[in-house]
Amino acid sequence: MNPLLRVNGLSKRYGERIGCADVGFDLYPGEVLAVVGESGSGKSTLLQLLSTRLPADAGSIHYQITGRGLVDMAHLSEAERRWLLRTDWGFVEQNPRDGLRMNVSAGANVGERLMATGARHYGQIRATASDWLARVELDPARLDELPAGFSGGMQQRLQIARNLVTRPRLVFMDEPTAGLDVSVQARLLDLMRELVTDLGLAAVIVTHDLAVARLLAHRLLVMRQGRVVETGLTDQVLDDPQHPYTQLLVSSVLQV
Amino acid sequence: MNSLIHVQGLAKTFVLHHRDGAQIPVLDDVTLDVAAGECVALAGPSGAGKSTLLRCLYGNYLASAGSIRIRHEGHWVDLARATPREILAVRRKSLGYVSQFLRVIPRVSTLDVVAEPLRELGVAADAARERAAALLARLHLPKRLWSLPPATFSGGEQQRVNIARGLIAEKPVLLLDEPTASLDVANAERVAQLIDEARQRGAAVVGIFHDPAIRDRLATRLFAVEAQILELAA
Repeated sequence: MNPLLRVNGLSKRYGERIGCADVGFDLYPGEVLAVVGESGSGKSTLLQLLSTRLPADAGSIHYQITGRGLVDMAHLSEAERRWLLRTDWGFVEQNPRDGLRMNVSAGANVGERLMATGARHYGQIRATASDWLARVELDPARLDELPAGFSGGMQQRLQIARNLVTRPRLVFMDEPTAGLDVSVQARLLDLMRELVTDLGLAAVIVTHDLAVARLLAHRLLVMRQGRVVETGLTDQVLDDPQHPYTQLLVSSVLQV
Repeated sequence: MNSLIHVQGLAKTFVLHHRDGAQIPVLDDVTLDVAAGECVALAGPSGAGKSTLLRCLYGNYLASAGSIRIRHEGHWVDLARATPREILAVRRKSLGYVSQFLRVIPRVSTLDVVAEPLRELGVAADAARERAAALLARLHLPKRLWSLPPATFSGGEQQRVNIARGLIAEKPVLLLDEPTASLDVANAERVAQLIDEARQRGAAVVGIFHDPAIRDRLATRLFAVEAQILELAA
């Protein structure tokens, strides 16, 4: 099987400061990779680089485009790149307000991305949007409401529906559960786990929460000061960490 | 001999970087072969490294040296060298592990927790749930519990959920860490019967059984795990 995403030597500096240095990995279809580390470790920078929202100083990102094989993202035209971001990729922001359009209805938030894939039939778009609301456990009766009236957990689920409605093959998530109450987190995690499995999504999830990583990810990338210090099977890295920094990270978690 | 597990020269030393780099050698030069139809009980005092060995066999602990070969779809995969994707593929199809404690997934019902390994192999949801129900019934887990998440269950109930989850996919290699520790005699015997059946259909079983009665009942062979002399590095 060919990788869906191939990343080599990805680096980014902010002046003198290292954002991200020499990061490389392959991601296969259906594989969930969690990037863990403390604030400032470079994990969010990495996500910005991977999703091509931020240009890298060095390194390459290749993506498997259906029918074309592994394509260097730097060689895509701006139109092709945007099309990919709107259809085949998803990006779930930590704060749902950054990923949703707050001035249009919940249904329009979901339908908009569907229209980017060529859907034009109003009734069908509405029906699909309604299906997706139900799928993320939102009441389809609230299709015409603005997301501002939703709770944080509901907004986050709406953002997930908006991203997944086009059946992307690759989704980036930036601390998707961080701003939520613990009880709401559990529901969202369970939902994400189910959707990732059912849709066979590949995902890169940035999180500082090792419990989230254990529940969702097949593989871990541990970052510190912009560099990957350890990588491996999720349970192996968490139960038998090798690098001093990973040992510190794992041993610092409070057991409940 | 139809060998399914082949361990050679396995060593495991833990290095504690935040304890002045203390080295804790646990396993050294372990060689073990387990054939289809065998149940090997790991023997040795607490701290000898029985659980460590079992976790190495699952790829949960990283081997410091040596090889851990598991038979998977007609060929050998060395877990000490395999990529995470390869290890996950081996686990999905060929390698089952029953830990002492159930790691609960919030909100997921007992029936789905047990059915999940079958779902991962592509079995349809209804068929997987049906087999999960049959197994839970054999383990005498009260039916009223099946639709609930196991988080609030008693230790013995959780252990039976864990065992059902570990055995449902009938994987050819089974690793069992104290599968009957929290069970009463009748329930321990039901679990023992399932383990016997797994062995009879050709599974290679490696287990830790502290209860001598259960160990004698199940084991076809004992394997002594010897404690290493603990040396603290400067």
